[in-house]
Amino acid sequence: MYAYSEFDKNFLASRNAQFRAQVERRIAGHLTEDEFKPLRLMNGVYLQLHAYMLRVAIPYGTLNSAQMNMLAHLAEKYDKGYGHFTTRQNIQYNWPELRDIPDMLDDLGTVEMHAIQTSGNTIRNVTADHFAGAAADEIADPRPVAELIRQWSTDHPEFQFLPRKFKVAVTGSESDRAVTRAHDIGLRMVERNGVAGFEVIVGGGLGRTPMLGKVIADFLPREDLLPYLEAIVSVYNLLGRRDNKYKARIKITVHENGLEKIRDLVNERFVDIKARFSGFDQALLDEINSQFAPPFFKKGDIAIFEKSRAQDPVFRAWSDTNLHAHKADGYSIVTVSMKAHGATPGDASADQMRVLADLAARFGHDELRISHEQNVILPHVHKSDLPEVHKILKANGLGTANIGLISDIIACPGMDYCALATARSIPIAQQIATRFDELKLEHEIGGLKIKISGCINACGHHHVAHIGILGLDRAGVESYQITLGGDHTETAAIGERAGPGFSADDIIPAIERLVENYLDFRSDAEETFIQTYRRLGMAPFKAALYPEKAQANAA
Amino acid sequence: MPHHFTPKVVTANALLEGDVVYLTNIDTWTRDLKDAILLTDDADADLRLLQAEAQTGIVVGAYLADMKDGPDGPEPSHFREAFRRKGPSNYAHGKQEQF
Repeated sequence: MYAYSEFDKNFLASRNAQFRAQVERRIAGHLTEDEFKPLRLMNGVYLQLHAYMLRVAIPYGTLNSAQMNMLAHLAEKYDKGYGHFTTRQNIQYNWPELRDIPDMLDDLGTVEMHAIQTSGNTIRNVTADHFAGAAADEIADPRPVAELIRQWSTDHPEFQFLPRKFKVAVTGSESDRAVTRAHDIGLRMVERNGVAGFEVIVGGGLGRTPMLGKVIADFLPREDLLPYLEAIVSVYNLLGRRDNKYKARIKITVHENGLEKIRDLVNERFVDIKARFSGFDQALLDEINSQFAPPFFKKGDIAIFEKSRAQDPVFRAWSDTNLHAHKADGYSIVTVSMKAHGATPGDASADQMRVLADLAARFGHDELRISHEQNVILPHVHKSDLPEVHKILKANGLGTANIGLISDIIACPGMDYCALATARSIPIAQQIATRFDELKLEHEIGGLKIKISGCINACGHHHVAHIGILGLDRAGVESYQITLGGDHTETAAIGERAGPGFSADDIIPAIERLVENYLDFRSDAEETFIQTYRRLGMAPFKAALYPEKAQANAA
Repeated sequence: MPHHFTPKVVTANALLEGDVVYLTNIDTWTRDLKDAILLTDDADADLRLLQAEAQTGIVVGAYLADMKDGPDGPEPSHFREAFRRKGPSNYAHGKQEQF
């Protein structure tokens, strides 16, 4: 993975020193909150409901064991012993004190991490396929490109005051695990005549006006990537609305101006910008590429893996759900579930972080990934090591076999932490997971994505869930609205609202009715929830959700 | 005719720790809602808020929050304030145990 150059180290040290001085001036009363707020946001510091929150970037979700150990250290020393992995592959600390944050940033700096541009109207942490560099179906590892974008966008002088935040995601596979169509810019690696390039998608986003991105360039040569991105962002920077926060994202700019006009403006700007690119970016990309060389994959007998599967049903169940195909023979991608039934989705204790770091160091070529689905990935594990890895995970509350199932829920922090939330998310996720675990139904139900957001901003990606749940405040009571039929993959779709919301007490039984009916409706055990929904449409599911109404209509 | 005024407290977050704090009747800050002053007059509430906002070295983001008068002092009338008083529902971090 990428190692910081001297330039990077000096930049980060000076930025951290600046922020330390800003915090000191705030505490001494030389800066007002209005003056300080934009400065702290640029450095990832929010003020939430109960405390400050520090959001640390995990660029394209990649970590090594030293970095994960540092995250554990921060959780223990400055927080209440845990951290929360987010849907943008970041980690959030919920309880730091203002005075400690500069120390936290210095500690992070020792392992080449930071919190820059995890907030504010800038280009945010670039996300990528969490199976990058390991997936069997990949054209190329998207992370070198993501790193190039990170370097280009960090402290980019033209893009520090955009009309609104700006999110970029990159994937190197046909299978879209990075939700590229819900980003301001999504990049999908594609091949044409044996040459790799990018499909560039623009204007996607969730939030109060969910939109899927549109293809602005169907094949962009790799060497044109940075000038083309710069052209898009600079067109948006001028054209994007600054009069209305809710209309300021590029999705609205594209929607209001039309894709054709935006494309013409971008192409015009691109010619100008491209001429000024000396080729330095390509030299830099070559250098970055060399740092992402795949590890040396060992050859070995996998008999012990097959034997464990045959003898240990718990291991077999886990290996059925939590492993994915690796590009190297004899290897698997391990997804460690951070969704034990009843636990807070995405939370990891300091001890668990250390266990994960240790597993990566011993069995995983020192690599870890954080997924936007709030799980942790060991991307390269030889199958002969899997029984031992599973044993250690299980002993540390990390052995839950539920990846892709009903309890593998995305949930934003909601009103338990977030100052913007209109209702809680976490308890709903906890109750759904606990309920379906009691029913012992989740493996029978099969693949099903539930995603929960505690407000319209949709950090919990509810619009692209098979079953989406949105928590709202309805006349002073928490109310939960259900959307159905969303899809976060390469066949992306925005879910459709099913009807009136449910109270906190009624939402779990409502989900249960929905799932029970799906089990009745499906043509066979192979037909997943989303397939059944696509075959039958909303009506029968709506009837399951609102039985009184269905009865009244029938009468 | 006296117009209806929903009782309020002045609340904010502590500058250094970020903790939820409430204004008391002697214009100090408490972490315990029971000890907050319940403001029943709008002119008084506005004045207290202005004074609270001026304490920029102690608190951040002061605002007036609707409350009810309870047997042990002010009580939240909206769930957001109830969560601010109690802390997050997923961990017992200390504050919750009182409720």
